[in-house]
Amino acid sequence: MTTTPTPPVVPADTAAIPRQLTAAERRAAAARAKLSSPWASAVAIVIALVWTIPTIGLLVSSFRPQQSINTSGWWTWFTNPEFTFANYDEVLFGARESFSTYFINSIVITLPAVVIPITLALLAAYAFAWIDFKGRDILFVAVFALQIVPLQVALIPLMQQYVRWEIAGSFWTVWLSHSIFALPLATFLLHNFMKDIPPSLVEAARVDGAGHVKIFFRVLLPLLVPAIAAFGIFQFLWVWNDLLVALTFAGGTPNVAPLTARLAELAGSRGEAWHLLTAGAFVAMIVPLVVFLALQRYFVRGLLSGGVKG
Amino acid sequence: MATVTYDKATRVYPGQDTPAVDSLDLAIEDGEFLVLVGPSGCGKSTSLRMLAGLEEVDAGSIRIGERDVTHMPPKDRDIAMVFQNYALYPHMTVAANMGFALKISGTPKAEIQRRVLEAAKLLDLVEYLDRKPKALSGGQRQRVAMGRAIVREPQVFLMDEPLSNLDAKLRVSTRTQIASLQRRLGITTVYVTHDQIEAMTMGDRVCVLKDGLLQQVDTPLNLYDTPANVFVAGFIGSPAMNIATFDIIEGGRAKLGEADVSVPRSVLTKVSDEGSDLVTIGFRPESLVPVSSEDVGGIPVTVDVVEELGSDAFVYGHPAGPKAAEQTDRMRSDTVIARVEPRMAPAKGEKIVLKVREGESHFFSVKTGERIPQ
Repeated sequence: MTTTPTPPVVPADTAAIPRQLTAAERRAAAARAKLSSPWASAVAIVIALVWTIPTIGLLVSSFRPQQSINTSGWWTWFTNPEFTFANYDEVLFGARESFSTYFINSIVITLPAVVIPITLALLAAYAFAWIDFKGRDILFVAVFALQIVPLQVALIPLMQQYVRWEIAGSFWTVWLSHSIFALPLATFLLHNFMKDIPPSLVEAARVDGAGHVKIFFRVLLPLLVPAIAAFGIFQFLWVWNDLLVALTFAGGTPNVAPLTARLAELAGSRGEAWHLLTAGAFVAMIVPLVVFLALQRYFVRGLLSGGVKG
Repeated sequence: MATVTYDKATRVYPGQDTPAVDSLDLAIEDGEFLVLVGPSGCGKSTSLRMLAGLEEVDAGSIRIGERDVTHMPPKDRDIAMVFQNYALYPHMTVAANMGFALKISGTPKAEIQRRVLEAAKLLDLVEYLDRKPKALSGGQRQRVAMGRAIVREPQVFLMDEPLSNLDAKLRVSTRTQIASLQRRLGITTVYVTHDQIEAMTMGDRVCVLKDGLLQQVDTPLNLYDTPANVFVAGFIGSPAMNIATFDIIEGGRAKLGEADVSVPRSVLTKVSDEGSDLVTIGFRPESLVPVSSEDVGGIPVTVDVVEELGSDAFVYGHPAGPKAAEQTDRMRSDTVIARVEPRMAPAKGEKIVLKVREGESHFFSVKTGERIPQ
């Protein structure tokens, strides 16, 4: 016989009183009603279709022979289906440097370029959020103000600096540059997430005997996983798809250059091989897709719920 | 277990002119349950957080036992705190929440398990040990917060309004549970609340604060019977004491309109020493008795509200005699509150006459607000 847990007993007197909805709950209910109307659904479907069509076109094109790509649009494929792996073959195995080198380069560039800024920004965010030091507010504004500087402005001075340090042409240039460009936003975002954690939680940990290191690793870090995952995905996509920084600092050296640099090169300087772009794009897309699908489960909301009341 | 001593402890928040806690002198005995009570902004929470080490001490010192903890970080103070919002770690199970402090201090695993289980049994939490806080009700979360403190076996418990998030019924039952638990464990406890009923029912002694200044520390009954000043008189007791300023007249009596109270000789001397002919008199609702209107010294009152609690009935009214305007003017609040026999409560709108029972008045100096001993 199975025993079912007894349902929680609701005291009759509280059940009888209809609870007044708060303003936020009323708005949420109204929004839910609006968003679940058939019209809203129809609009959502149309937007989704419009958004997907170019990607489908790209996918279809990538399997068409060069001749067809150059002479007719991808939609003609439906009336005149042709199928070839020639583009993928050319992209993956056609060049002097094998495609896998660039693929690995991209991974080698991206991982540290995601991990370094997140690590540094977490430490900075903790200090900004929970350690009361002199000049904290001014410093914090200064950090975020750096966001105003367009990264293009920094490229040449950085390049000169790297040459002086004799690291030009190595992975370090790309790692450092991406870290530098990501830090202000990362610090700001993670700081805001940290500030959202109730102060009493940190105080409870302090009373329980935890110092800064233990508070950071045992209490805050587990609660920040969604924030870290969210920023991690953005930074990953940004670095993986980046061409400007990669081309500037690593474009000239094939053993360092990432996929994007190779893709740009594929098309040729005059665009004579642009039929290869479609296949190249799909190969380059696989990794971000996998990363996004793998990390999206960390986008769980309500991780903080239940810890504090009020 | 230890004593706690505040020695002229002062806290001034940056950018504020007046201290949040102003040279607090307080000695808490070993195993005592001391309640800090006062209106919001009186510095009670700040005092507690100073003891916890979450708030700096700007002047004076705080000692736990013989140790001076004034500038010690919280983790070295050997205290446990229960927060108003419980502050449970949301990503840990109940057991992990309760054992967190022990884990950090490097206690062996088996020992942690044993102590957590022991505390869980004490608090009826055994079946919830594997749950996360979000799967618990408010009362259960409150007990987990208590458990987290108990597991530590600290020298001092600090509780910052731990019941204010519970519903009224649960609050009353948890109140007695906490008090009996504390007596069983015998651990010195400092408890902060703004609810004077909680203060009166739980504390061995109650410490009343106002604007960062200590008003009075005493047993609940002594606070009720001999409030040290007008503030304590008005704050302690529910419903509140009736307080009004009376004229001293010939023959050792004080008068306000028709109201007429006899004043002891010692009080008369004190008042005339001050060079005043006014005295602040307070009387509890139960010190007022209904009399027939012909009696001398009765206050005619129109009944506004009658609170019938079954065991008691409280009449809330306003003065209705010919001198009503002056009486209302001289009263601290504009209602007169009286306890009457619950089965003989007057109806709303009715006019009754109330008289202060002889010898049950509290006298306070008009100038300083201090109690004038009789």
